[in-house]
Amino acid sequence: MIPLSHYLLLSAVIFSVGVVGVMTRRNAIVVFMCIELMLNSVNLTLVAFSSYLGDATGQMLVFFVMVVAAAEAAVGLAIVISLFRNKQTVNIDDINILKW
Amino acid sequence: METLSTLTTPDWLFYLFAVITVASAAFVAFTKNVVYAAFALLFTFFGVAGLYVLLNSDFLAVTQILVYVGGILVLILFGVMLTNRSISVDIQSETLKFAPALIVTAALLGTLAGFYTVTDWFFGGPGAEITATSTAPNIGNALVTTHALPFEVASVVLLVALVGAAMIARRDK
Repeated sequence: MIPLSHYLLLSAVIFSVGVVGVMTRRNAIVVFMCIELMLNSVNLTLVAFSSYLGDATGQMLVFFVMVVAAAEAAVGLAIVISLFRNKQTVNIDDINILKW
Repeated sequence: METLSTLTTPDWLFYLFAVITVASAAFVAFTKNVVYAAFALLFTFFGVAGLYVLLNSDFLAVTQILVYVGGILVLILFGVMLTNRSISVDIQSETLKFAPALIVTAALLGTLAGFYTVTDWFFGGPGAEITATSTAPNIGNALVTTHALPFEVASVVLLVALVGAAMIARRDK
């Protein structure tokens, strides 16, 4: 059987890939996908702990994280589309109208 | 853990799913083409769903495919298609902050990996792992008993988010 630490290390790697994507990419939608990667890695950690602990509460948490991720995806993409309509770009370096 | 060895799936499946997940995640984070990134995300979601199956959480694996692949990925693809111009090539600033980002991420990964491996995690005793029976009845029972309030709040959150998303993305107000 796979030890728990392998799952944890895997989720740490996925999380780090998401972090480096958020920090280096400038396309808002790619940043968005990298946030989804990070959410998935956290979900994987929760499921791994839940499974190895024999307690289904962690899986309930994952369920609610998925709910929030779906809401975040809907609102975030609506914002991206609205931004694109107004600024004709999804490059987050060009979206600085709130910057003084 | 040895008591479950007759029920568990082969170990190489974990490494297969891990390689699929990490490779496609890296492709999402580093490819220049946004459409390719969206399709690579599909493989990441499927890989994570496979890992959920290996962790004996069948309900979450199915939910992962339904919600992420069926919902979020389609939304992202819509976003890609609606914001894609033929002239917008996402090449610039790819390497602009790459070195500092890599240093920060390496520090983060080292910290996470360090305390994941060093920490002596608590287990619920030998044989406490969720066995190969379905977890869906437990989750279903918990959703309407102990977790009924978060469940209802989640439904309201989803409703408000969908109404808000439709309002934000609408053309004329």
